Amino acid sequence: MLKIGDVLLVSIQVELEDQVVLELQDDLAARIVDSGASGVVIDITAVEIVDSFVGRMLATTAAISRMLDAQTVVVGMRPAVAITLVELGLSLGGVRTALTLEKGLEILARRDDSRPAQL
Amino acid sequence: MSGLAPVPDAEHESVPIGSNDDVVRARQLVRALAQQCKLSLVDQTKLVTAASELARNTLVYGGGGVMRVGLVRRDGRVGVTAVFEDSGPGIPDVDQALTDGWTSGGGLGLGLSGARRLVDDFTLQTEVGGGTQVAVTKWAR
Repeated sequence: MLKIGDVLLVSIQVELEDQVVLELQDDLAARIVDSGASGVVIDITAVEIVDSFVGRMLATTAAISRMLDAQTVVVGMRPAVAITLVELGLSLGGVRTALTLEKGLEILARRDDSRPAQL
Repeated sequence: MSGLAPVPDAEHESVPIGSNDDVVRARQLVRALAQQCKLSLVDQTKLVTAASELARNTLVYGGGGVMRVGLVRRDGRVGVTAVFEDSGPGIPDVDQALTDGWTSGGGLGLGLSGARRLVDDFTLQTEVGGGTQVAVTKWAR
């Protein structure tokens, strides 16, 4: 987990085992509070499949971050992963996505300027 | 549900599903075979995702079991079949279990119904007290 300015960057490189997914979720919540980060980028460029378990983790992480006053952007989703997730029935409605890390950081920078109220 | 599950070739492989590690191993094995039979990248992703859901079901709801996976051939086509078997409690109401959003555990209730949408052939055999077998096949186009 890397901190760039006010943003925590989590790059998922390994094949995710369920237990690791849950630990990541807990670690991230703690790091948000410790570091006072206002944004989280989860980079899934290297992730070949997102099943309902990992999809749920992404949605839950976004919700937890929001409660801790940080916005989450998931970046780098592969086209095949997006197609599969929608067909699986998970469209991750509550999760902000961006195609690249750069665009994800842009979204967070904009948000930091204005800090709009969020539901 | 009716219909017999297709049985993979003699050279099929078996993987025990008894831990989270095994679920990862099952995914990797299915992916290797999907690549071998030249499924498109999207179809590979769908099949591996379905396998991941079903392997987790075998572990969490079935109390562990086994996955058999191999190449299958029919009418000049080639595909990958993965069969997940457990000797857990079985599913009392199959229609309900195949409904989006219904779960007997803590999940999202998308595992079984979602996996069915991601594959070409899907068969489910279950008996209360006698375990569950789910077979899925994805054919190369």
